[in-house]
Order: sequence, then structure tokens, then C-alpha cells
Amino acid sequence: MRSRQKKIGRILSSIYSYLVYLFLYLPIFIIILFSFNTSERNIVFEGFTFEWYLKLFDNGVLLNAYGNTLFVGFISTVIATVIGTLASYGMSKYKFKGKGIIDILLYIPVVIPEIVLGISLLAIFNLSNIPMGLTSLIIAHATFSIPFVVFTVNARLAGFDRSVEEAAMDLGAGRIKTFFTVTLPIILPGVISGAFLAFTLSVDDIIISFFTTGPGSNTFPLKVMELTKTGVAPDVYALTTIVFIVTVAVTFITQRDKKKPIKG
Amino acid sequence: MEERKAIVEIKNVNKIFGENHVVHDLDLTIYKGEFLTMLGPSGCGKTTILRMIGGFEEPTGGQILVEGERVEDKEPFERNVNTVFQSYALFPHMNIWNNVAYGLKMKKVKKEEISRQVAEMLQLVRLNGFEKRYPSQLSGGQKQRVAIARALINRPKVLLLDEPLGALDLKLRKEMQLELKNLQKKLGITFVYVTHDQEEALTMSDRIAVMNQGYLDQLDTPERVYEKPATKFVADFIGESNIFEATISHMTGDTASIGLEVGNALCLLEKGVSYSLSEMVYACVRPEKVLFSAGEAEGFNIKGVVKEQIYVGNIIKSNIIIANGQMVILSRLDIDEVPKVGEAVNIYWNPDDVVLMKSRGYQIHHVIENASLGGD
Repeated sequence: MRSRQKKIGRILSSIYSYLVYLFLYLPIFIIILFSFNTSERNIVFEGFTFEWYLKLFDNGVLLNAYGNTLFVGFISTVIATVIGTLASYGMSKYKFKGKGIIDILLYIPVVIPEIVLGISLLAIFNLSNIPMGLTSLIIAHATFSIPFVVFTVNARLAGFDRSVEEAAMDLGAGRIKTFFTVTLPIILPGVISGAFLAFTLSVDDIIISFFTTGPGSNTFPLKVMELTKTGVAPDVYALTTIVFIVTVAVTFITQRDKKKPIKG
Repeated sequence: MEERKAIVEIKNVNKIFGENHVVHDLDLTIYKGEFLTMLGPSGCGKTTILRMIGGFEEPTGGQILVEGERVEDKEPFERNVNTVFQSYALFPHMNIWNNVAYGLKMKKVKKEEISRQVAEMLQLVRLNGFEKRYPSQLSGGQKQRVAIARALINRPKVLLLDEPLGALDLKLRKEMQLELKNLQKKLGITFVYVTHDQEEALTMSDRIAVMNQGYLDQLDTPERVYEKPATKFVADFIGESNIFEATISHMTGDTASIGLEVGNALCLLEKGVSYSLSEMVYACVRPEKVLFSAGEAEGFNIKGVVKEQIYVGNIIKSNIIIANGQMVILSRLDIDEVPKVGEAVNIYWNPDDVVLMKSRGYQIHHVIENASLGGD
């Protein structure tokens, strides 16, 4: 009797987990499916075709938008990673007045509604005469990414033994040399995770981008948003599918590398 | 005695962290080629002194000279001393070869020369064959040897060691103690060694600096530190001691009769120290020097009862309670005669086995100073 109950329990729990995964991945699966659909209206699947993938490469506006997204993502990630890493390092190394407040202030951009940040950035860009376009987008994206880089690097620095830096200096390395030969290699996994997070956030972002972009510098999410008003063509699905596959591949690769040891 | 050359001179150094006065007016000269140990309980300032020599802390006042040159303002990488850290501080992302080669790489030594010296160093610490391993793949003792090789490859004038054996188990510690001592003799490099383990200090050192709450209590050879402790603290910290509070009641020649709370005793006055009648002193007697008899010995009348006996390997310790409740420890080899538990005995000693100590004037002075300045 007991074992039978156990068996039913086991079956139910596996059904449950399958349902969860189905719920998570079904929408994505449908997008992938409809990117191969011969019909332009994504209601029924009529037949299989690669047509949309070919058409995608003729759709200059869409590709241009995606190019913008990657460009903004890349540059803002580099900026946010450098600033965030240095901020985290400095704050963990030195004690100074107001450090507690700065720590708390770092959380605020993370928790306030994006729309507030978006409007504030817009106001600042207008006040300071920064032209609206890719530059303003990059500044905006770097701004909201910095705290996330700081958090991931902080986590890595929490387990960092300062005496390793002292040892490097003891052995003749100056401060900068110590940072690049000892500190940075040890905290690098945290820096890379922070960079990935920053990039993901940037590529994904709609609300802040909506306020801070200018004419002719649409990003991919903004373009898709715009298209929803007139109807999304399957070539968007095709691009989404490609992006999805690339992202999954990158995720698998980085997760595999994450298992390296932290300390000696 | 041959002329010794000073390599590190610490002159009137003070270190204050916030409200903590960690090192007080320290004067200490370390000679070339010696093995000097800083010994003391945790928080006595010994590690701080080491870190000031290494360049990781700046003295609040005073001077530190290495080979006659002032170094207080120099960065760690500008000093010709190297440190072996308590936690080893190996670079986790580098293999053993790269860890050991780091110092030479920073000095931009030629590649072939680095290879040759790293091989030599690894040979010296018996770790050849471990070049490709990472620190996480080594045992504690091996990590320790890498840390030593990594420091020694720079041919430092002084090697600073901060409790390097603290994390090792007893057996390995004993082995490493001998190994370190041999290494030091072989290379002739000055070692400044920090530990809280008195046995380690006694085994390895040429001289021991006993630190107590930021003060240097005694600086002497291991034998002298053990036989003639300078202060009550030293007597208590190094080995076991029976310490009696007493006043000087008679002085005849170099012998004094002292009055304890519970009776009288004899002891030899320290040479070159002046005493006055009725002066308060501490009399310190090592457990193995305590004698017992059924009747009173001449000049002594301290009575006690044996409360218990403890076997420590081949040594038997008898705890004797005297009239004021103080416990006197008497230790004997198990082949020697020992009193029975419950037996009433008279305690005495050979007058020259006592170390007579004055109470520490400067500490009292410090207390007064603190009180009048409101603790700062």
C-alpha cells in the first residue's frame, strides 16, 4: 500500500515539473514554430518554410535595430563593468565616511520603477544637451547596469583574502601590478558574471530605452514594440529564434566555466 | 662575544589603532643572521611589529631601520624584506611554479634564470615535481613550504614569518620547526618569527622577545628567558611557574629572607639590582625546582597539603595547596620520589633557584598616565 502511494506521489511530482517547464518554454517554442510557418498570420500552422529567415536579411530596419541593440549592449556593458568593478573593489578595500549610505544608494536604481529612472534620465539629457540617440542610450544603459556589476563583484570579493595582495606587494609588485596580476584574475569570475548580467539587461531593456532613445536609433525591443501596433511579421520570429539559440548556447558555455574553484 | 651587525633597528616605535595603543615605545635591535622570535599571547602587538617591518602598517611614531636605512615611509615592494603569511596567501590562480617565480618576474629577471632559481628553491623545500599543481591541490605543510620558497627566492635580508605553523597539526609542526631552523642555518638569513607557542619559541630561536600588551617584557636567549624571567608575565607565560607575592624582610650578603603571606622563605638577590627592606617582590620558582620534606628546612616555613596528582607522560605533577589557598605545582619524573595525596608537606627550595622580580614600574606609570589623561 505504502509503496503504491509513493509511486503515485512520484508520478504526480514529475508531471508537475513537466508542466512547469512546459509553461515556461511553450511560448518560446511557439515563436520558433511560427518562424517556419508559410502563413504570414500566426494563428494556424500551414506549412514549413525557411522563407522568413531569408526575408529577414532583406529587412534592413529590423537588422539595423538589432545592430543598435548589440552595439549599445556591448559599449554600455564595457563601461558598466569597468566602473562597477572599480567601485566594488574600492568600497570593499577602503573604509570611509558615508560608505553605508553609498551602499544603500546603490540599491535604489535597482528597486525604483524603471519608468522613474527613464524619465529622470530623459530630463537630465535634455538639461545637459546630450543629443538623444545611441550616446544617450549607452549612458542610460550603463547607469542602470552598474549596481548589478557591483553586486556580483561584491559577492566575489566577500571571499577574497586580502593577504594575497599583501603577498604580491611583498614580492615586489606595485599596486597596479598587484591589481592586474593577482586581484583581477581572482575576482574575474564575478566580473564576467556582472558583465553578462549588464549585457542581458541592456539587450532586454524597453522602458528606459523608450525614454532615452532618439530618432533613427531604435533598439530591437523598441522596434518589435512598434511593430505590434501593425502586426508582427514572422521575420521577427525568425530573428528571435536566432537570438534565442545563440543565448542558450552562450549560457551553457558560461555555466560550464563557472565551476572553477575560488580559493587555494 | 663577536661583533654583531644590526640588520633591523626599531627605535622608540609606537603604534596606535584608533583608541588601542598596540605597541608601546619599542626599542629592538635584530642582528644579522639570527633567529629572533616575537612571543606573546594574541593581541600583544607581535604581529603588528612584524607588519610594520614588512611595510603593511605605518608606525604612529618612531623609526624602523633596515640595514641602517629608514624604511617607515617605504612601500612593501620597496623593502628588502619578505614575509611568510599566516594564511600562506598563495596565489590561487597560479600553479606552484608561477607562485614561486612571481617575485623574480616582478624584478624582470631573465626567463632562464627564473627557471633555474625556481627549480633550486623547489629542491630546497623538497617540492620538485609539484610545479604544475595548484595551491588547492596541496596539503597544509606543502603550502607552507611553497610560501617559504616564494619568499626566499627573493634573497631577502630578513624573512618575516607570521605564525607560519599555526594551522598545522602537532606532528607536522614539530617537523617543520626543525626544517625551518635548518633552512635558516643553511641560508644564514635573518628570521623574525612570530608565534604564541612558547615551546616553538624555545626550540627554534636564538633570541626571544617576549611581548606583553604592547610592551617588550624581555629580550634574551631561550635559556635565559626560561631560567631568569624578567617579569611575572614572562615567568607565567613561558613554562609553568609558581609565583609568590612577598616582601623582603632581611638581607644578608646576597641572600634575602622574604616573607610570604603564609610563611618565610629564602632566596638569592639578583645581581646588579638594588632592593630595599619591605619592598614588594614576586618570587618565581619552577615546578621542577620545588622541594618537599616532612620537617621544616632552615629558613623556610611553608606548609601545604597534597591535593591531587596528575600524570603527564613520564612526569608526575603534584598540586599542593598552601595555607592561603594558593596552589603550588611540584613536578617530578615518575622514577623520582613524590609525596602522597593527602600528605602534609613542607615546601622549600634552593635559594638560587628562585627568580626575584620587581613589580613593573612602567606599567603602573602607564596606568597613572591613562587615568590622568582620560584614557588617551
